[in-house]
Amino acid sequence: VNPSVGALRERFGRAIGRALVSCGDTVVYLDRRAARQVLQWLKDTPGQQYNYLVDLTAVEYRDAERPLEVVYELFSLERRAPLRVKIELPKDAPLEVDSAVPLWRGADWLEREVFDMFGIAFRGHPDLRRILMWETYAEGHPLRKDFPLRGRFSRSEQVRQALNLRPEAHYSMEELSIAEAQRDLPTDVRERLQRGERGVIPEPGGPAERP
Amino acid sequence: VSSKRTVEFELATTGLDALGRPQRTPLGVALEEPADEDMDLGGHHMLLNLGPQHPATHGVLRLVVELDGEVVVRVIPHVGYLHSGFEKLGEYRHYNQIIPLTDRTDYLSPMANNVALALAVEKLMGLEITERCRVLRVIACEMSRIISHLVWMGTTAIDIGAFTPFLWTFYERERIYNLQEAWTGARLTTSLTRVGGLMADVPDGFTDHLREWCRNFPSTLSEVDRVLSRNGIWCSRTQGVGVLTAEEAINYSLSGPMLRASGVAYDVRKDRPYLGYETYDFDVPVGEHGDVYDRYLVRFEELRQSTRILEQALARLPDGPINLDDPRVILPPKSAAMSDMEAMIFHFKQVMEGVTAPVGEAYCSIENGKGELGYYFVSDGTAKPVRWRIRPPSFINLSALPRMSEGALLSDLIAINASVDIVMGEVDR
Repeated sequence: VNPSVGALRERFGRAIGRALVSCGDTVVYLDRRAARQVLQWLKDTPGQQYNYLVDLTAVEYRDAERPLEVVYELFSLERRAPLRVKIELPKDAPLEVDSAVPLWRGADWLEREVFDMFGIAFRGHPDLRRILMWETYAEGHPLRKDFPLRGRFSRSEQVRQALNLRPEAHYSMEELSIAEAQRDLPTDVRERLQRGERGVIPEPGGPAERP
Repeated sequence: VSSKRTVEFELATTGLDALGRPQRTPLGVALEEPADEDMDLGGHHMLLNLGPQHPATHGVLRLVVELDGEVVVRVIPHVGYLHSGFEKLGEYRHYNQIIPLTDRTDYLSPMANNVALALAVEKLMGLEITERCRVLRVIACEMSRIISHLVWMGTTAIDIGAFTPFLWTFYERERIYNLQEAWTGARLTTSLTRVGGLMADVPDGFTDHLREWCRNFPSTLSEVDRVLSRNGIWCSRTQGVGVLTAEEAINYSLSGPMLRASGVAYDVRKDRPYLGYETYDFDVPVGEHGDVYDRYLVRFEELRQSTRILEQALARLPDGPINLDDPRVILPPKSAAMSDMEAMIFHFKQVMEGVTAPVGEAYCSIENGKGELGYYFVSDGTAKPVRWRIRPPSFINLSALPRMSEGALLSDLIAINASVDIVMGEVDR
């Protein structure tokens, strides 16, 4: 077992859950409320110095009772030592955990990916939106076990939505604020944006259908 | 009847000079006074959409750029146009069936991905591979690093305006591709490894051809060196551009040449050795400025070092089996499966049920051409993983692009984006 586990127990006591060794790697579980302080401590304390966030991801087990896990793969560039830290998120509570972006900028896209794929929200993330799927994607979070391999919608529905995607859906409101780009848009697009209809897909035959 | 015709045309110039040549309009002088409101751009920023179909974005990367004149104020990258859901697909496949998916993530170095996957699964299952397999996998990894860096060097040179190095590097890459084709039957979708071994041993004459390649390659490399390393245009387009300090590079979780160009000597081959890399004699080049030029120099030197490793691996390549002698993991030979009852049962169980892994989890990473490529497996004891996670080096390296290009010129953005060495198959997975 990695000696950091003992040091963590000494410093944080009950906030540190079980620890185990799997295939030679030490895994230690944290209470999610203590996540930020523990990660900060692991990063900055002399003798620990896990200053390199190798990876941040999540796991959902096939057993529906088991909680989701957020996994931090840490590495100390000073000591050349790895440590895997996990936070359990029970499914009956909101899937939320503190963001690690204040500690590592590299966590930015990784947390967006976990949010996109698992629906786990990161409190304090500067820009939490989907990254691999498009922003108006409505089928859910693909890496969840209840998500079917081929997606929730039929292939024809997916094609219909793709073909009906409106031009403004490709730009966020923040991007359209550059150079006041909304001003240059066609009138109907601008009106839809003002009504807050960005990326809404029209129903076939409905009143919003374009000719 | 005269066949001559008179064609009237309007000259695009203001007229002819005393010698009868078309007069030239000096560049930068407007012919007409512009209307006031159109030219008043003071304080106005411009929105530029770059990609996803644009040759300088190296695939289907889309960048929304806010420009103040020619200066980049903000870059907002959009990725995911090539998302294939590989991690989800992996949860529905046996461990050996995942290997073809890894060909298609970082498709510029497929063999290294195959090796990384096999290493991760072997760590999960606690398998120890044979010595010959270990050395052959080192050869596969270093060949992959070389072709990956050669593509990077050629395409980056094109982005910055030098065409010739592209032809030279792609010629050398083609020769490696021929060797890959001789070994695996495929140039790109190699699927080289199997859990516990390799798909095939190297064919006759392979080692001789690779030795010859190692002898000839340095001369091509020195030609590229001669046209790029001290080229005035190349230096001024790359030096001091896209600078990241060592602290920033670590904070952004960068890896590979991106991290080392900023002065951090972290190489998975040295610091978390696998495949016996600690027994090879090679150096890890480290930059000091963290700019595009240092990334070029680091990759350039890595090409030399990889050739050194290849020569050492060829010299020590032992005889012996490439696969483990374990019928639970490796398919028995077809002749045995057709004649021996027990071998047939093992064959049937492996094909129908797959190779099972014990309950547990393993993270295993290798130093790929792009950076630290890691595979993280979680197993619940069945033949299919609960979770297969790819730690994508170029996805994480790309996330530092906005930080690197703020305040740079638009043309520098192209050079900076090229220096990241992204491959969209891996960024989007």
